[in-house]
Amino acid sequence: MSMPETAATPPATGAVREITFAQAIREALAEEMRRDPRVFIIGEDVAEAGTPFKVLSGLVEEFGRERVIDSPISEAGITGLATGAAMTGMRPVVDIMFGDFLTLAMDQIANQAAKVHYMSGGKLKVPLVVRTTLGATRRSAAQHSQSLHAWVSHVPGLKVALPSTPYDAKGLLKSAIRDDSPVVFFEDKMMYTMRGPVPAEEYTIPLGVAEVKRPGGDITIVATSSMVHVALAAAEALAAEGISAEVVDPRTTMPLDTETIIESARKTGRAMVVDEGYERYGVTAEIAAVIAEGAFQYLDAPVRRLGAMHVPIPFSPVLEDLTVPTPETVAATARALCGRA
Amino acid sequence: MAKARGSRVQRPTPAREHEVLASVPRDQWLAVYTQMLTIRVFEEHVHDLWRRGKMPGLAHLYIGQEAVAVGVCQALRPDDYITSTHRGHGHCLAKGAAADRMFAELLGKAAGYCRGKGGSMHIADPETGNLGANAIVAGSAGIATGAALSAKMRGSAQVAACFFGEGALGQGVLYEAMNMAALWKLPVIYVCENNLYNEYTHYAETTAGEMAARSAAFAISTTEVDGQDVRAVYAAAHAAVQRARQGGGPTFLLCHTYRFHGHHVGDVDRSYYRSKEEEQQWRSGRDPLRILADWLRARGMAQPDDFERIERSVRALVEAAVQFALSAPYPEASEVHQDVYA
Repeated sequence: MSMPETAATPPATGAVREITFAQAIREALAEEMRRDPRVFIIGEDVAEAGTPFKVLSGLVEEFGRERVIDSPISEAGITGLATGAAMTGMRPVVDIMFGDFLTLAMDQIANQAAKVHYMSGGKLKVPLVVRTTLGATRRSAAQHSQSLHAWVSHVPGLKVALPSTPYDAKGLLKSAIRDDSPVVFFEDKMMYTMRGPVPAEEYTIPLGVAEVKRPGGDITIVATSSMVHVALAAAEALAAEGISAEVVDPRTTMPLDTETIIESARKTGRAMVVDEGYERYGVTAEIAAVIAEGAFQYLDAPVRRLGAMHVPIPFSPVLEDLTVPTPETVAATARALCGRA
Repeated sequence: MAKARGSRVQRPTPAREHEVLASVPRDQWLAVYTQMLTIRVFEEHVHDLWRRGKMPGLAHLYIGQEAVAVGVCQALRPDDYITSTHRGHGHCLAKGAAADRMFAELLGKAAGYCRGKGGSMHIADPETGNLGANAIVAGSAGIATGAALSAKMRGSAQVAACFFGEGALGQGVLYEAMNMAALWKLPVIYVCENNLYNEYTHYAETTAGEMAARSAAFAISTTEVDGQDVRAVYAAAHAAVQRARQGGGPTFLLCHTYRFHGHHVGDVDRSYYRSKEEEQQWRSGRDPLRILADWLRARGMAQPDDFERIERSVRALVEAAVQFALSAPYPEASEVHQDVYA
């Protein structure tokens, strides 16, 4: 999938710059580390290397190796250490290079970090952020291309954010770092170089508030992360055909802003959900169910889902591109839902 | 039993050990005995509550291993951290938890340490530095090591003790955590309680090579100790805590001990994995309470009436704690949604 040059416009007063998604992440981290000495970063090649994606470049120079900690290649270990540090007064940000590697840290995330607060009767807190990536089409094959946010969205105790613009990335990451619950934060690898307007002055975006990225009246397209841009491209094509699509970006899957999603579906009477995770038992299924439960009597057609194909992501570009939603498949599905197929 | 194996394995020098032990006054040894007996009697009541159908779920009794928890926690400050295991009642009590709120937790009552949401395997009490018992084997290796990282970053001079059984030696995350603790000289003590059995399987069937060689490979200071002798455990833990607090990094404390009961209260027929004779030998010859009592008697530090007095007060306290828990109310239904998110 190719990313658009610029992302949706944020509401803002004052000076607004065009910066990349990666810069937005870096700014959020730097601002929070300046603001709060308890915040630190731990992960593989996060210091001088600044991660393979260069998202963290420059942070070690400002904050030193004590707060930007290069770790061994031990996803479970570093997530466990960060959990313990979070329970005892620190606010760690763990860097898990590829979302596929969450599987290695899954006990620490799902059985430890997620449950400590509840299991302790509310006495212990885990203010932990796990930053990781998602997204296919980088020709990286089956173990570096998955979008596994449904796995963590499934576990009570975790919050899950999936920003789609530099503006959202910065505001949501700052909120995630300040949150007292563990937050898993997904960044689409393909979006790091995408530019977008970001205010110069400080702001945060609360977790659990969706944003209508494009208003419309005929059909609701709920889309997450980079799929927001796929949906926006599809909406543009549909507009030329006289179909007005509303694109809703939940921004977080947990908490999920069900109200905004249901309200949009009730208004348009047609809804589909686009997400890059596996379609089966995934985020699309959950959001489709939310719409079905909350807007059934308002719907003129069944809710449709578009997610990743139920196959391990293949390497060959010819095959890989078939596995994830595209503006064309989204537009085709929308047309069918609107009776224009 | 406490034989050092491997060239990297260190023992506190006998002179140093003697000096540390000699500095402990009589009253403290009696307090140690009292604590060990409290754990023993607490666990007897847990067993009893289960057999009477008063306790939901199962519990893993610590009887036989009391000297490890008490010996280690004696060497810790109140603000030092521990992490515990599914067999965790002893660690929690040794770090300062109150028996009444422990029983309340075991019975799922609102007065429990976790408002009844944790149960036997998840007792946590931040006020006594207890970051929680953990029902995943080796599940707290990361948490304890992270608490040590946090202590180092905050400059608090706190130490973290991570309790686990020898079964945890099969889990990879333990080695990930130990590697980082050694790299970064973190103030953490890995207390491996070798009670001989990974659930229902002798460790010899699951554990290749020498246990102590594992930590030695990370250049972690390693001490093997007789886990039935609370004085030996205390001396070794004291040295480890001092080293950690002074920035000397982690210690692996390998304590050889024995689980007198089954894996859990329901593990009654154990003949397929160990003999009655073996159990009897440990119970009669290697009981940590008797080993300490014999030493106290031989030194003239305690008379028979001292032990009777201690036993009476411990039994009264534990029985009152059971009564408190039995009559305590359950949580309100509305609490089921509370504290999912902070």
